[in-house]
Amino acid sequence: MRYAMAVDTKKCVGCADCVVACQTENNVPIGYCRDWIVENTAGTYPQLELEIRSERCNHCANSPCVRCCPTGASHYEDGGIVLVTGEDCIGCGACIASCPYDARYPHPEGYVDKCTFCIHRVTNGQKPACVEVCPTKCLYFGDLDDPESEVAQILKKRKYKTLIPEAGTDPQLYFLT
Amino acid sequence: MKPSRRDFIKITSAGAGASVLASPIYNWATGSVETDRTNRSEEYTRTPTYCEICFWKCAGWAYTNDNGEIWKLEGNLEDPHCNGRLCPRGTGGIGMYYDTDRLKTPFIRKTIDGKQKFVEASWDEALDMVADNLKNIAEKYGPECTALFTHGSGGKFFGDLLKAFGSTNITAPSFAQCRGPRETAFLATYGEIIASPERTDIRDTRCLVLIGSHIGENMHNGQVQEMSDAIDKGATIITVDPRFSTAASKSKYWLPIKPSTDLALLLAWINVIINESWYDEEYVERYTYGFEPLKSHVQQYSPEWAYGITTIKPNVIRETAREMASAAPAVIVHPGRHVTWYGDDTQRLRAVAILNALLGSWGRRGGFYYPDRKTLPSYPHPEFPEPERTWRDAHPGKYNLALEVVSNDICDSTIPAPDRECNFKAWIVNGTNLIFTLPDRKRTLEAIQNLEFMVVIDTMPMEITGYADVILPECTYLERYDYCRTDQHREASIALRMPAAEPKYNSKPAWWIVKKLASKMGLEEYFKWKDIEELLDWQFKQVGTSLTEMKKIGIKKFPRPYDDMYFREGEDIPFNTNTGKIELYSTELAAEGFDPLPVYKAHEEPPAGYYRLNYGRSPAHTFSRTANNPNLTDLMDENLLWVNPKVASEWQLDNGQPVWLENQDGIISEFPIKVRITERIRWDSVYMVHGFGHANKKLSRAYGKGASDSELITRVLVDPIMGGTGMRGNFVTFRLEKPEGKEVES
Repeated sequence: MRYAMAVDTKKCVGCADCVVACQTENNVPIGYCRDWIVENTAGTYPQLELEIRSERCNHCANSPCVRCCPTGASHYEDGGIVLVTGEDCIGCGACIASCPYDARYPHPEGYVDKCTFCIHRVTNGQKPACVEVCPTKCLYFGDLDDPESEVAQILKKRKYKTLIPEAGTDPQLYFLT
Repeated sequence: MKPSRRDFIKITSAGAGASVLASPIYNWATGSVETDRTNRSEEYTRTPTYCEICFWKCAGWAYTNDNGEIWKLEGNLEDPHCNGRLCPRGTGGIGMYYDTDRLKTPFIRKTIDGKQKFVEASWDEALDMVADNLKNIAEKYGPECTALFTHGSGGKFFGDLLKAFGSTNITAPSFAQCRGPRETAFLATYGEIIASPERTDIRDTRCLVLIGSHIGENMHNGQVQEMSDAIDKGATIITVDPRFSTAASKSKYWLPIKPSTDLALLLAWINVIINESWYDEEYVERYTYGFEPLKSHVQQYSPEWAYGITTIKPNVIRETAREMASAAPAVIVHPGRHVTWYGDDTQRLRAVAILNALLGSWGRRGGFYYPDRKTLPSYPHPEFPEPERTWRDAHPGKYNLALEVVSNDICDSTIPAPDRECNFKAWIVNGTNLIFTLPDRKRTLEAIQNLEFMVVIDTMPMEITGYADVILPECTYLERYDYCRTDQHREASIALRMPAAEPKYNSKPAWWIVKKLASKMGLEEYFKWKDIEELLDWQFKQVGTSLTEMKKIGIKKFPRPYDDMYFREGEDIPFNTNTGKIELYSTELAAEGFDPLPVYKAHEEPPAGYYRLNYGRSPAHTFSRTANNPNLTDLMDENLLWVNPKVASEWQLDNGQPVWLENQDGIISEFPIKVRITERIRWDSVYMVHGFGHANKKLSRAYGKGASDSELITRVLVDPIMGGTGMRGNFVTFRLEKPEGKEVES
């Protein structure tokens, strides 16, 4: 099993619904977020291009955060989901420094927090909150090892890229271009 | 009695509710960690609601944890407005409930030691004051001299109260400040309006043409979803916008038009489609009236002519016209929603309507469908009295084609004029911050100064509350019942809103306020229901359901009795126009003395050193209504001024630099706005999101954040056909230094 997410940049309008839904679903304190929007504009008026991406933890198969965590709080769950066990986290911040995607933040209660792919929902057969709420249906989630899953299907059909592949982290967040 | 000058009062009292601050939240704006909302739980109950954050009114569920606190909001899968997916504002609607800046208790204006103050009042005291004032004013001038401004669900109850009282002057800014020209234009052409949610069949379209309509930035949920579906299916999108909007970035064609020239482009498209015989000949022959006059009328509007005006190249005009024609009839030239721009808006929307008729998209799959709707009968009540006067009597013969009461006209008729016998003396304002909603703020304030009484019912201390004589705190939509939602769609549906939590503080729902007021005003016979549950249950039973069932399902759909969403081939359709046809040539406009075919007229351009002020929407906010919502300000807490790099370099502006804006009438923005230098905007205009720049300190997150476009909109281009307030004819320049008397908060 290999959980992954694909983001269709051709459909994403950058509304940040994924951000709000994640915040309320997961009680992320206001002022912090586990997912966010990046907009890149290229060109000069009127020859312009705009790419909009909904970003979050890449749940890397080769995660620098898991490797550098001194207490084992950062770890892999079944299906490759990278999680932080709050009680084991000493808040040293090594994982924050090691993440090339800037996906982690220090929770005011003293531990490091990040996207969990909504593991509490996924294990109940639901999709992550961001996927379920997205008005443009631009987020695809599932098991890459299952060729029938919607994420496997869409990655077979469409061109895609990952972010900072040169970091060698083997990210599991794919951007359809 | 002439009232003394009506000072703006900031609510300074701590409020009776201050001691019951429940669930305080982390305040990022001040950097203080209060406490975190940790409402998620394994056990939860869910309560049906429909969203009040915007007019789309998506049906959903409010999840409450085992302590009865609201955890989250999710869409109802059965709802055609949202298909189970709320937009960011709907998802963040929870912040409206948790906002600690909410109005917490009734206030009444009192003069103490010569100073006007708001004093906390009990509901009884406050409602007595409202009832007494309205009754006195009715005795002196007639009940028609009271007007209701409303935007939102509670307004229906206040509307019933006003009608029982004897006034039909019930207005919503959503007509004359927003979609009015569209409705008047489509009614003149097709004998039907577009209404809400728009009857555009975007889901199945092959070509979507957006003219200044920035779907994706305006989060009109169902439309955003369907545009995404259309992208998946490979539909062509053509976006006409001086700004590289999100929609423009998704488009095959972006036409970066010179602002204010849209009608020239539309007429050139009509010219090409007729002259190249790309129109639907059979459809035009069967259904339309006035093709020949239209054909000769548009000969003057060639693409070459339009090029000089719009800056859109003739080959692009032809190519995009061909795209539309080859997709026809599955093509939508979108009628937009906020269309009060330049004062000739009804005529521009007429051109949109005509173009759709030529392409044969009205009544066709992928074009405009015929919606269905279930109306619920009113709970039995005596007939409302026939008012002696209506708002139209103030200006006989004016705005005859306005389909709804013109809000700005009520404002005008509140300011005494020698040639008018009757002026409005009392306003009831519910859920609309008129200071930000109506253009020409000076005139709004002048009208308010001339009122003898104003009561404001709102959830938040919006600027309008500062001018009220009585403020009534309405509870949020998550704490109340309302009339049920009955909007049109492909399939008729009704949606229930019921309280997910007890009202916080000393706030009350509109139905309760109105029922109380009615009994104090001697109008109880119009409101014979015991409470809202009895009222709703009675209504539901008339259509084969019940409150008990609706509580379980939230939304009930009614399958269409006939297969009549689109025209059948060769079907004869009687249109509700004078000629019974789709009127390319409008006999109604001709009869009223207006151009029966749209004529291009140039609009004023900005003088040197000034830029046209354009404004729009952010997906995170609805007007100024959400500007203080903690969840949504977390996404966006201020607006930025989009400036083209060429302009920025001329003025030596830096990214993030705060500037004040001064308009053509010398009005300077109250607060500075930060510059966002971007290639996504033309050099002749600047752009900001509407709804920011709040001046009421009681809105702790919104105060002083960004600038208000509305305060800079002092030149209003009124549409003579239906009274719409064109707001895009204002020009601004930059003030780099702090002007005297202005604050630096942004």
